[in-house]
Amino acid sequence: MTDSRPVIAEFVDVHRHYVMGDNVVKALAGVSVQVKKGDYLAIMGRSGSGKSTMLNILGCLDRPTQGAYLVGGRDVSRLSDDALSEVRGHEIGFIFQSFNLIPQLTVLENLEVPLFYQGRIGPESRAKAEHLATRVGLAGRLDHKPMELSGGQQQRVAIARALMNDPLFLLADEATGNLDSNTEREILDLLDELRAEGVTIVIVTHNAKVAERADRTLWLKDGTVECFVDNRKTQAVPS
Amino acid sequence: MIGDLGRTIRLGLKSLLLHKLRSSLTTAGILFGVASVIAMLAVGEGASQDALMRFRDMGVTNVLIRSKKPEETQQSSSSSGMSILGYGLFYKEADRIADALPSATVVRVREVQRGLMRSENWVSSIVIGTEPAFLPVTNMQIAEGRWLTDLDLSRQANVCVLGASLARALFPLENPIDQTVLAGTEDRFRIIGVLEYQGRAAGASGTTYDECAFVPMTSSRRRFGDTVRNLSTNRFEAVELHEIKVRLETSEEVESAAAVLRDMLLPKSDPAIGGMAPHVKAGDVEITVPLELLKQEEASKRMFNIVLAVIASISLLVGGIGIMNVMLATVTERTREIGIRRALGAKKKHIIQQFLVEAGVLSALGGLVGVGLGLLIPDLITRFFDQRTDVLPQHVLLAFGISAAVGVVFGIYPAWRAANMDPVEALRHE
Ligand SMILES: Nc1ncnc2c1ncn2[C@@H]1O[C@H](COP(=O)(O)OP(=O)(O)OP(=O)(O)O)[C@@H](O)[C@H]1O
Ligand SMILES: [Mg+2]
Repeated sequence: MTDSRPVIAEFVDVHRHYVMGDNVVKALAGVSVQVKKGDYLAIMGRSGSGKSTMLNILGCLDRPTQGAYLVGGRDVSRLSDDALSEVRGHEIGFIFQSFNLIPQLTVLENLEVPLFYQGRIGPESRAKAEHLATRVGLAGRLDHKPMELSGGQQQRVAIARALMNDPLFLLADEATGNLDSNTEREILDLLDELRAEGVTIVIVTHNAKVAERADRTLWLKDGTVECFVDNRKTQAVPS
Repeated sequence: MIGDLGRTIRLGLKSLLLHKLRSSLTTAGILFGVASVIAMLAVGEGASQDALMRFRDMGVTNVLIRSKKPEETQQSSSSSGMSILGYGLFYKEADRIADALPSATVVRVREVQRGLMRSENWVSSIVIGTEPAFLPVTNMQIAEGRWLTDLDLSRQANVCVLGASLARALFPLENPIDQTVLAGTEDRFRIIGVLEYQGRAAGASGTTYDECAFVPMTSSRRRFGDTVRNLSTNRFEAVELHEIKVRLETSEEVESAAAVLRDMLLPKSDPAIGGMAPHVKAGDVEITVPLELLKQEEASKRMFNIVLAVIASISLLVGGIGIMNVMLATVTERTREIGIRRALGAKKKHIIQQFLVEAGVLSALGGLVGVGLGLLIPDLITRFFDQRTDVLPQHVLLAFGISAAVGVVFGIYPAWRAANMDPVEALRHE
């Protein structure tokens, strides 16, 4: 069966080495993976296996030491700092474990931050923020400060913020790690709904309950892909 | 772009308001710097405007030569009684000056103290004997009637022109023109004119021309003579001319004319070389050159401004260091925010912009309050110390502009630090 969906993000033999004096830590040692439009991919692995390193490169916060990373078909592995900032701003929606809202800004202002750096603040950005706040179930909270919201609500704001720039994909880092299990379920349900609307999601997690919501799980081990697990068939596919 | 800057400023204010106390303490340095600069400039400006106006009133193209009573020596005071103390300028000297400076206008002035009486009103005044050119040389105007003419002088007419205050004192209700006034006990003068109000000092004495009466030079001489009893020392003094005003055509001529006059009238350090004018007694003539005083005042003002600039720089430097300190703390505290912003697409330049704006807003706020205080202080100084102060708008703008600039300059390093953080590290920061 051929899959004609476009590839949104692709690792081609990505290495990331940290040089510590004489030692070289190979946090990633040749990882290749494709994320297609509409995918829901989970990345798992033991502590130190390279998950965070992979997430940083996926999020264009870091560059591979070797290999290529393509976002929407364009190699971003050698881009300048400014160009990477632009890729982050236009193509990626970040969701963090600790929500990472800016405390002194209101919900509306937080939502507008990604568009601010694209010079797109105006009535449209406000309308969009209102629309997305409603979408994540926070209509009427636009003028609240993050501290006035519960953890689950804050994470909803963060998800709305991640969608403000119509990203190619959402990149979630342990998105439910700071939430209780009920709230966790609500957030995961929200991600499922977004997924159903066609949003592409990559999530890094320790939590099997989180990972099983995804279509596929990528298992990392010592900086390499140990295996892919297709969660719908629940059987391991060796890489 | 403008809207974006406005937003950056507004959100920057929000961040600063998170730490109200810290932010306000930080701006104190800038605040007092700006306030003291404005206040000092206002005081300096006021004092110098005061002086400049006084010198300008004397006329910048004029040279004023006054008779000065010599310091009384031991013998002359012991031999008081009926002796006559003669000193000062002679009529002849005015002619010599006119010859030496052909392009100059030379005005002779005699001052005689007399009580002036009009019905029940009596005023002690100075009767100035002078000539027609006095009016243009002193830049005064006639309010009513007319000024003295050459004909009045040649006829030794008993006519007089009153200063504005004197006219009001003697004639509170009537029009003084063509009325008469009694000077002393026997000399009656017909009033032909009243001067516009001047409000400035005539000479060192502190009285203004507004309180004086003006009569023809020749009439003064004939009526009052050249010997005058000084009421305070009860001695007779013989003074021909109390003042000679020399008006040059342009201010360029003043310097050379002043040199000629000094050479002519002041005692030389070595009489053997130049030889002193035989009829001028040493030390009884004083030459005032308003233009020179004006220049001296301007020079001392420049000096004052340099001192001020140094003080201002030091206080603003201290203020700037305060800003830098607090901005470094802010950047460290908000490391995670910087990471978040970078993840959401901020370039380094956006981060720099943000923190520069915050630093600028912080110091501009200090500057703004400083301006308020700086406007208040001169007001209080004027009220309580009776010292003229002038707040110039350009000084206020300058002080405020510098304060905002200080914030931006001292914000550069913290902002640069913020922008160059590794986004990954910044996001991991607790
Ligand atoms: N900045 C760094 N400098 C040096 N070594 C690093 C750095 N970041 C990560 N490493 C190393 O790279 C390897 C992978 O680290 P990484 O943080 O990606 O693991 P992880 O899978 O995210 O682990 P965890 O589940 O504990 O977060 C580890 O051996 C780690 O020590
Ligand atoms: Mg990790």
